[in-house]
Amino acid sequence: MVDAIVAHARADHPDEACGVIAGPAGSDTPARLIPMTNAERSPTFYRFDSGEQLRLYRQLDAADQEVIVVYHSHTATEAYPSRTDVKYAAEPGAHYVLVSTRDPQEVEFRSYRITEGVVAEEEVQVVSALP
Amino acid sequence: MAIEVRIPTILRPHTGGEKAVEGEGATLDELFADLDVRHPGLRARVVEEKGGTNQLRRFVNVYLDDEDVRFLGGLSTPVADGATVTILPAVAGGAGGVAGG
Repeated sequence: MVDAIVAHARADHPDEACGVIAGPAGSDTPARLIPMTNAERSPTFYRFDSGEQLRLYRQLDAADQEVIVVYHSHTATEAYPSRTDVKYAAEPGAHYVLVSTRDPQEVEFRSYRITEGVVAEEEVQVVSALP
Repeated sequence: MAIEVRIPTILRPHTGGEKAVEGEGATLDELFADLDVRHPGLRARVVEEKGGTNQLRRFVNVYLDDEDVRFLGGLSTPVADGATVTILPAVAGGAGGVAGG
């Protein structure tokens, strides 16, 4: 899923890419990658299309799943939450993954918790999908 | 007259943890005012007053059944018994610049 997120970010560059990884409710386990449309189509801002977001949340609710990861890319700055990212972080239980596509050769892929305006970086562990 | 209002995780502290509450009103504006009586603070997370009028906050999505109410009538959107109103904070962010708000 890390590769898929990076590929999505590279594909949407120079616009910011965004999406979620869903998993079983309460499990904190990422299971299903769901790229989303960036309705802003901007190199410095992202926002889920509101209709897509409603369909997503209804689908998750019906499947007893929830958002485990919210990811998006920064196209010219570091993979660290900006003031805007912190201001609009509305999923207190999610891991916020940031990818930077500012360098065509290097990938920056980092993860954070954002709760009540506080950013805490966390280690990213890449686990291979089980067969 | 009862309208179901689905509450996102981040607003559940205002509803005692409930993920759905009920309210009444002929329009969304009235509905949120009604909800605020039993769930103080909830309305302020969704509605703001600007220049004497009530408006939906920019980064909160409100849906009447399947439609984003921005495309209907905003807070003036009429609501009927049996409808479902869903609140979802926008998932948004970005490196920043002029677009944020």
